[in-house]
Amino acid sequence: MIRVQREDFDVGQEINRFSNDKHDIGAVCTFLGLVRDLAGDSIKTMTLDYYPGMTEKELSKIEAEARARWPLTDCVIIHRYGILEPGDRIVMVATASPHRQAAFQSCEFLMDYLKTRAPFWKKEDTGDGEQWVEARASDDVAADRWTENIE
Amino acid sequence: MKLFYFAWVRDKMGRDGEQIQLPEGIHTAGEFIEWFKDRGTAEAEVIGASEMVKMAVNQEYAGPSHPISDDDEVALFPPVTGG
Repeated sequence: MIRVQREDFDVGQEINRFSNDKHDIGAVCTFLGLVRDLAGDSIKTMTLDYYPGMTEKELSKIEAEARARWPLTDCVIIHRYGILEPGDRIVMVATASPHRQAAFQSCEFLMDYLKTRAPFWKKEDTGDGEQWVEARASDDVAADRWTENIE
Repeated sequence: MKLFYFAWVRDKMGRDGEQIQLPEGIHTAGEFIEWFKDRGTAEAEVIGASEMVKMAVNQEYAGPSHPISDDDEVALFPPVTGG
């Protein structure tokens, strides 16, 4: 399931919803991404921009890819847009499977692919001005690992 | 053709998109970029930026050889930074 939304979400509620009434799930793995401020007080707000339509399509493709690679009973990707503050929830990925390896691996795969493929852009406001966040080469390396794993 | 800009590409272009008429002789994404680059100062800055701009055609990532036509929705944006 894919959701791109302005509103916050409740991690516990999301996990309960997708594992309810399903007794073939043995493992649930969750990733939660938050707005970070490493310096402690340098970031006032972070604005998340996205491409309505393409973002949902890319996330659906990434979900389909994960489901093709691992035996997932369920899967949820929630990503917020709009103006957020340090500590706010940005993204949640949760995977459910009969076995923990599939849940762990697919959760990491989904985040690695999301970070390099899904059209979202972050802009930080430090109070002195706004700055678009630059993409990191290390994210590409993380995503590329999954290609190497197949070969 | 519907053209959309996102993130700093939108800031540089000063608008979030526009309707354009695709000039004759342009059939691929690569040809489009070459034409776009020469259209104005902001365009040249966008294409020449150190952070390589990505292109999508009809909401799918497109490489230089991807075909394009006047009926397409095209978007230009920086490498993504979500998550």
